[in-house]
Amino acid sequence: MAELQFREAIREAIDEEMAREEKVFIMGEEVAEYNGAYKATEGLLDKYGYKRVIDTPISELGFSGIGVGAAMNGLRPIVEFMTFNFAVLALDQIINHASKAGYMTGGQISMPIVFRGPNASAGQLGATHSVAYDSMYAQFPGLKVIYTSEPDDAKGLLKSAIRDDNPVIFMESEQMYGMKGEVSEEEDYIIPIGKGKVKREGSDVTIVAHGKMYHVAKKAAAQLEKDGVDAEIIDPRTVKPLDLPLIVESIKKTNRCVVVDEAHPFAGFAAEIGFLIQREAFDYLDAPVQRVTLPDVNAPFAKNLFDAWLPDAKQVIDAVNQVTYRN
Amino acid sequence: MAKKKKDEINFAPRGIGDEKDGAVQKGVDLPSPTRKKHKSLGLSEDDLKAMYEQMYLQRRFEERAMQQYQKGKFGGFLHLYIGQEAISTGTVFALNDDDDIITAYRDHGWGLCRGITPNEGMAELFGKKTGCSKGKGGSMHFAKTENHFWGGYGIVGGHIPIGGGLAFANKYNDNGRISATFFGDGAVDQGALHETFNIAQLWGLPAIFVVENNGYSMGTAARRHTVAEIVDRAKGYGMKSKVVNGMDVFSVYEAMKEVSEDVRENSEPYFLEIRTYRYRGHSMSDPQKYRTKEELEEYQKNDPIERLKTYLLDEDILSEKEIEEIDEKVEQEVLDAVEFADNSDFPDESALYEDMFAEDEPYFHN
Repeated sequence: MAELQFREAIREAIDEEMAREEKVFIMGEEVAEYNGAYKATEGLLDKYGYKRVIDTPISELGFSGIGVGAAMNGLRPIVEFMTFNFAVLALDQIINHASKAGYMTGGQISMPIVFRGPNASAGQLGATHSVAYDSMYAQFPGLKVIYTSEPDDAKGLLKSAIRDDNPVIFMESEQMYGMKGEVSEEEDYIIPIGKGKVKREGSDVTIVAHGKMYHVAKKAAAQLEKDGVDAEIIDPRTVKPLDLPLIVESIKKTNRCVVVDEAHPFAGFAAEIGFLIQREAFDYLDAPVQRVTLPDVNAPFAKNLFDAWLPDAKQVIDAVNQVTYRN
Repeated sequence: MAKKKKDEINFAPRGIGDEKDGAVQKGVDLPSPTRKKHKSLGLSEDDLKAMYEQMYLQRRFEERAMQQYQKGKFGGFLHLYIGQEAISTGTVFALNDDDDIITAYRDHGWGLCRGITPNEGMAELFGKKTGCSKGKGGSMHFAKTENHFWGGYGIVGGHIPIGGGLAFANKYNDNGRISATFFGDGAVDQGALHETFNIAQLWGLPAIFVVENNGYSMGTAARRHTVAEIVDRAKGYGMKSKVVNGMDVFSVYEAMKEVSEDVRENSEPYFLEIRTYRYRGHSMSDPQKYRTKEELEEYQKNDPIERLKTYLLDEDILSEKEIEEIDEKVEQEVLDAVEFADNSDFPDESALYEDMFAEDEPYFHN
C-alpha cells in the first residue's frame, strides 16, 4: 500500500488508463496548462501532450457535447467539470444525449464517456457552488453514478469508469483532494462498479454514507464508540448500480439504520435507501430508518449558517440515538 | 380610452397581418442557383438519375407516411422534410460515404439518403422491431451508424456539439473524414450552436455546420425569431461561411463539394446557410396559420424535384416515359414498405430492457 492524496489517486487512475489506451483523452477547464484547477491532472500535459490533454473554454454544454460526439465516434473521453455545479449547464448533453442515444437508436451507438469532477459543497461558496448532484443523476436510466470517499476507492473505481462502455458520472470533492489514504499498489488495480464496502464493522447500527459524508459518519462512529455504541459503516461507493445486498445484510445484523447524505432531502439518495430497506428488510428493523441530509434550503454563506446547514457528526449521533432509543 | 396602436408594446415582431400592400411575406430569400450544368459539376447522367430517384423516394415515402399517420397506423410526432430533399441528396452525393452526418428530428430524408431502406424507415415510423432503430426511436430517431448516419436528434440544437465531437474524433484519429451537422433555423438561437462554433474554430475541427433555413422555427418566421442574417453568425467566430440555394440540388452539390474539400484539406469548420422551404407544417398537428397559402405556392414553383425533372427532360437525359418508370418503381417500393411495416411485429416485450447498457446482463434499479 502507498499513501496517496485523493488527487494523486485520481491522477494515477487517469495516467494509467491513458497509458493503456490511446483512445482515452481528458478535456476540461484548466486541465492542461494550469495542471488542473485542483491539480488532479498535474503533469498529464507534459506526459501526453496537447492532443490528449485539452484545455476547453468555459463552455460546459459545448465541450460536453463534443465529448459525447467523440465517444460515439470511437474515442473514450474523460470530461472534467471544475465542479458538478457547473455541469448543470451541460445537462442536455448528459441527460438528453449521453444517457439516451444508444437506446433510441436500437443499440447502434455506444457511449464510453466519463464525466468527472468535484460534487457538493466545499465550504462557504454560496448557493450555486454547493449542491450534491449524485442522486439527481442516478434518477436517469443509462447513467452509472460513483461518488467515492477515499483515495483507494477513487483509484480503483475511476479506472473501472474509464474502461466502462457506458456513460459514467464520477464524483469527487474539493475538500477531499488533499486527504491522504492507503492506496493499493496492485498492478492495474480495479474496483468493480456497483460494489460497496463495509468500512467499519459494528453490531449496533448501520450507517450508510458515501462521498464526503463518509467522513462525517466516521467521526460520529468514533464518538459513538466512546459512548458504547458500535456502529457499522457501509460506503456504497457507487450510487448506481447500488449494492443493496450489502446494506441489507448489515441491517439484518444491526436491525437499525441511519442514512447520511449530502443532498437535499426530497427524493434523494437517503429517501431511496429508506424505501429499499423497508421493502427488503422490514422484518429486521427495530426502529424506523432515520436520515441526515441537508435541509430543504439553499447553501448560505455566513459561517454559522453554513455550519448549521451541512450535516455534521452531531446530527448523525442524534439520529443514531433515535434509532437505538437512547434519547 | 384605448391607446393608439403605435403606443402598443411589442416584443417579437408581428407575423401575418402585417403585410404591406398585399405583398407576400417570404420566409427566406433564395439566392441564385448555380448556372453550371451537370458535366462541369462532375456529375454523370447516372448520378442525375440516382439523384432524381432518391429525391422522389424521399418525397413519396413521406407522403405515404403522412397518409398512414392520418389513418392512425402509428403515433408520436411526424415532422416532414418535403420541399427540402435537394439538401440531403446534394450533400450525400457530394460527401464521401464515410463522412459523418448527423441531423435533427426532421430526419427521414437523411436516413433514406444514407441507406436506411424504405422498409426499415417505414417500420421505424410504425414502431416495429424491423425498423432501423428497432422501433425504439420512431420518426425522430432514424439512424444507421454503419453508414455514418448518426441519427436524428430531438432537442433543438442539442446535436450541434455532438456533430463537433464526431469531427473531433476524426481529427484525433487523423482518418481524413469530416462531419456534417444539419439543423433548422430555430436552432441558431440556441447557446449550443454558439459554444460549438467557438470551440470548432478554436480547435480546427473538420466540421461543416449547416442550417437548413426553411423560414420557420416551428410556427415562428425566421424574421420573428432571429436578428440579422443567420449566415453572419459565422463572422463572430471567424468561421468561413456561405449562403446556398437549397431548392436546387446542383447548387447544394456544388457548395458541398467545394466546402467539404476545404474542410478536409485545412481541418477547419465551415458554416453554410442553405435556404429552403418546408411545404408541410412543423409536425402533423400544425394548422399553419402563421403563413399564407400564396407564400407556400411561391416556393412550390421552385420545387427541387420538378426542377431536376425539367433539367433531365430538357437535356434529353431521360424521356417522360423513363421518368414515369422511375416514379412507378419508387411508388411501388414505398407501397411495399408500408405493407412491410404493417405486417412486421412490434418489438418483443423483452426489448424494453435491451440496448440500455453495453453489457449483456445490465443492472436495472427497481
